[in-house]
Amino acid sequence: MDNPKTLLEVKNLTLKKDGKTLLNSLNLEVWEGYVHAVVGPNGAGKSTFANTIMGLSGYRQIEGDIIFDEVSIKDLSIEKRAKLGITLAFQEPARFEGITVEDFLLASSKYSNSKKEEKRAEIPNASVENFDHIIEKGLLKVGLDPIKYRKRAVDKNLSGGERKRIELASIYVMKPELVIMDEPDSGIDIDSLNYIYEIISDFKKEGSTVILVTHSQQVLRWADHAFLLCGGKLVDKGKMSDMLKYFSNKCKPCDHIGTPDTDIK
Amino acid sequence: MEKNNDLELIKQLLDSAELHDLSDKIAHVEIHGNKVLGLHLVDGLLINSKSLDDGVDINITVEKGVKLENPVRFCFGLIPPDGVQKLKINTILKEDAEATFIAVCTFPNAKNIQHIMDANITLEKNAKLTYFERHIHGPHGGVTIVPKTKVIVKENSSYISEFELIKGDAGSIDLQYNADVYKDGSVYMTARIYGKSYDKIKILESAHLIEENSAGVLISHLAVKDNSNAMVENEIVADAPYCKGHVDCKEIIQGNAKAVAIPKVSVNDPKAQVTHEAAIGSVDSKQLETLMSRGLSEDEAVDLIVSGLLK
Repeated sequence: MDNPKTLLEVKNLTLKKDGKTLLNSLNLEVWEGYVHAVVGPNGAGKSTFANTIMGLSGYRQIEGDIIFDEVSIKDLSIEKRAKLGITLAFQEPARFEGITVEDFLLASSKYSNSKKEEKRAEIPNASVENFDHIIEKGLLKVGLDPIKYRKRAVDKNLSGGERKRIELASIYVMKPELVIMDEPDSGIDIDSLNYIYEIISDFKKEGSTVILVTHSQQVLRWADHAFLLCGGKLVDKGKMSDMLKYFSNKCKPCDHIGTPDTDIK
Repeated sequence: MEKNNDLELIKQLLDSAELHDLSDKIAHVEIHGNKVLGLHLVDGLLINSKSLDDGVDINITVEKGVKLENPVRFCFGLIPPDGVQKLKINTILKEDAEATFIAVCTFPNAKNIQHIMDANITLEKNAKLTYFERHIHGPHGGVTIVPKTKVIVKENSSYISEFELIKGDAGSIDLQYNADVYKDGSVYMTARIYGKSYDKIKILESAHLIEENSAGVLISHLAVKDNSNAMVENEIVADAPYCKGHVDCKEIIQGNAKAVAIPKVSVNDPKAQVTHEAAIGSVDSKQLETLMSRGLSEDEAVDLIVSGLLK
């Protein structure tokens, strides 16, 4: 981790909702090309952090600043943040009645990040290559048969694991600079987990930056570096191997009072 | 001279309906106002028509055992901005007959047009009819559409219909479809409409499952925006054992639009089963934010979500 370049910088980030402080003077830096994990017990502020970086509704009235690629994004809409190259994979992917997998992937590739074109020569640009190739590439990347899946609707008839993989495919074809994945392993089977790991490895190889929001030890092992949140505060950070102690020590670095989270794997 | 005019009208109708490549193997009918401008039949299909003052009386028969290889294309419409078109259509599919009808109703310049259809469809034993009706309206919203259809679905026959009005301004729609379904017969009726501006949409669909093992599905998916309003009332009545039915009314509302959805279910036999679902709401925020987090604008995301509902 010699002289990593900061892609995302969070400065004194505070978010209050309904009288509660969900993020409390958070300061952290996310390095370009690295896989970061954000860990912590339930209610630590992990998903809140992800939603705030993406600028979702209800997560926009912040204090402090969010700097992405040297530009403040705190006042930007979701769309504009996405066009800069930020995206979010939701913990529970949305269902879209009537929208086929291919419609969803085409929409996701519409504003693919041109900055990555050279690094990602493997993925053709939507504007110059045919869409079939993009859809096929995206689905194969997550282990889904394009013939079987491209015309299916992204709706309740797909399992949670299938929707999770399709969401990942949609992110893959988008070619983002920064991917935030909220609980990437929730509700999925072992096979899907392997595809998620492979796609994260691909993102890293191709120069993208990944933030994994998780309370899974297995997912943390995929990261290079991690942040430990508790009560909306950053209580520790460091190399992944150093942060694994969190799982055995039950949140020891944190000074909060009460039983440590029992869901920690 | 009149023939040249007719040819020009046919061309305009087909162009606005996006109907091309009508080969000899494809039966087709073009009706402009009260005039049948074009008629091409294939073996086993009979169509008789009579012009009325403000419309056309049409009798359609598919003969016993005939299975039409290609869909029959109907093009109804009016090219001028004003006018009335009343269609009285009687359709019979004889025993074991099968056909697909594709009707395009086009009013590309409408400012004050009434399109009134009164249809009776009878499917005799083991017959099967699939009927797609697509409307193409201009941007002015000056169309009043009143399609009323009564379908008799006899033993082991099947009726599938789709009504679609997505392009242009819907205007005022008062759609009434009802079906009587007999032993082992089935109906599957879908309406998809996009209301905009000051459009007024009313859908009343019903399926009466009269005899044993009959089935019905009624689906209405609407999106309404601006100042439009929609009312959907779909009803299934099940009177016999092993009848199965489902009513699905879904509407997305945006802007100042208003919507009412009333799924009605009556079951009069303990061995019958009919289910229903209804939902009215604005565009789902999670869907919206997912698409926006891929870079779509809010308008682009809403359009995609609405197009999904209307598929």
